[in-house]
Amino acid sequence: MQYTLMFYMDQGEFAARTDPKKKDAFWGAFRPYLKAIKDAGIFVGGAGLQPPDMATTVRRRDGERLVQDGPYSDSKEQLGGFVVIDVPDLDTALDWAARYPAGPAGLVEVRPNMSASNAE
Amino acid sequence: MQNDDQTSEAYRAVERTARDSYGRLIGYLAARSRDVAAAEDALADAFARALDNWPRCGVPEKPEAWLLTTARRRLIDGARHSRVQAEAIPTLLALVDEAQDLASKDNSFPDERLKLLFICAHPAIDAGIRTPLMLQTVLGLDAARIGSAFLVQPAAMGQRLSRAKAKIRDARMAFELPAASELSPRLNAVLEAIYVAYGSGWDDIAGADSRRRGLAAEAIDLGRLLARLMPNQPEALGLLALMLHCEARRGARRNPEGRYVPLSQQDVAGWSGSMIEEAEQCLSEAAKGAQLGRFQLEAAIQSVHAQRAQTGRTDWEAIALIYEALVRLVPTIGALVGRAAAVAEARGAEAGWEMLEAIPSVAVRTYQPYWAVAAHLLKRTQRTSDATAAYSRAIGLCEDPATREFLIQQSHAS
Repeated sequence: MQYTLMFYMDQGEFAARTDPKKKDAFWGAFRPYLKAIKDAGIFVGGAGLQPPDMATTVRRRDGERLVQDGPYSDSKEQLGGFVVIDVPDLDTALDWAARYPAGPAGLVEVRPNMSASNAE
Repeated sequence: MQNDDQTSEAYRAVERTARDSYGRLIGYLAARSRDVAAAEDALADAFARALDNWPRCGVPEKPEAWLLTTARRRLIDGARHSRVQAEAIPTLLALVDEAQDLASKDNSFPDERLKLLFICAHPAIDAGIRTPLMLQTVLGLDAARIGSAFLVQPAAMGQRLSRAKAKIRDARMAFELPAASELSPRLNAVLEAIYVAYGSGWDDIAGADSRRRGLAAEAIDLGRLLARLMPNQPEALGLLALMLHCEARRGARRNPEGRYVPLSQQDVAGWSGSMIEEAEQCLSEAAKGAQLGRFQLEAAIQSVHAQRAQTGRTDWEAIALIYEALVRLVPTIGALVGRAAAVAEARGAEAGWEMLEAIPSVAVRTYQPYWAVAAHLLKRTQRTSDATAAYSRAIGLCEDPATREFLIQQSHAS
């Protein structure tokens, strides 16, 4: 069963990924986490996302294209990246979520992926 | 018009009774109705009535007996509504007489919590739900709190608990203590379930992940209860000693800045002398039973560590020998890794590494303490690139931020 682990971050944590003074600490913890996922043979895919100020939101209204600068939701924590893993059950997925080396504001949302049969 | 003093006194009495007697009340009601969920509902209802009634009429002389009398009414009403439980009605009617007896006489109601502990850890109950079931029925913790400690969604935890309680009722599981021939394995399941609630153990391994926290106090409560109810079982005392030894060091595991401090570097002044003393008393009491077991051995290991407070040194050879006995008794991955770590301290890193290498690699792939010990030993034997890889794995599998920070520092300081 595939699950997506979504990493939510506040501004400070987004900055910690690239700030020359803080990035070693961030990646020093995150890189081994990702490697452990890959070594466990459960990694399906994933990506790190640039901060929400780089986001552009597109929607269609009355056949017209509306383009807006910024993220869709304006909550304090924003999606900063995600990893898709393939594990036997939700408990195992939550174990891996608990290992995410989050900063003080960090949190992980875990969701089961839809399978091909859901779309039939 | 009721006065405020009477109201607040009544609320305090309800709270105190819930805290002190919840498990005993559930045990008593469940052992008679054979239905844990119905007993919980009935008791919750009785507490709600107490909150309404006691401020107006005053706190009854025997709050527990009042609650039991009120709860059994609810149980009988419930049983009358479900034909499945019809045969339980005679038992419940007997319960009415008993409860009235308790209210009128001086004797207190029997303590059935031991039966409750044993039914929670019954082999017919899934091993994964035994600890949560104990925490809920004996201590009254709610599903959200338990779920959070076990990394399970509150709703899912609630469902699993309901399923287990339905099984106890529908499979007519008996609220009885196991026969002598079965006692040992059944007791072991009870001990295991309590230890799972305690959850943290391997702090004698440098930089190992401390597992679940937050339920330590509850686990020790259960351990004390079991040791009191079964004073002649050395392993019950052994488990209590083990938890107390680990708990005695809680404050010393972090420095004032919140950083992880490995056991060998902890300031013994930060250890709780009274807990260590209680643990030692449990261990010597257990020794009188002349029946060695896993928990006594694990407690003995912690006892050797505790001696550093007196002697200023750690007798690693003694620890390695106790691990040897432990591995022979229960060759778990944890014991094998602990033995390797102790042997490395007592007889050198190479000797420890040999033992570590002998552990099957499939079993340790995601077992964090193994990688923490492996990294430490590889570094000590100058195998730098292997050490870096092992540190990376230990860091990646780590759940605890302070421990992770410590391991990152260790991996750089080579």
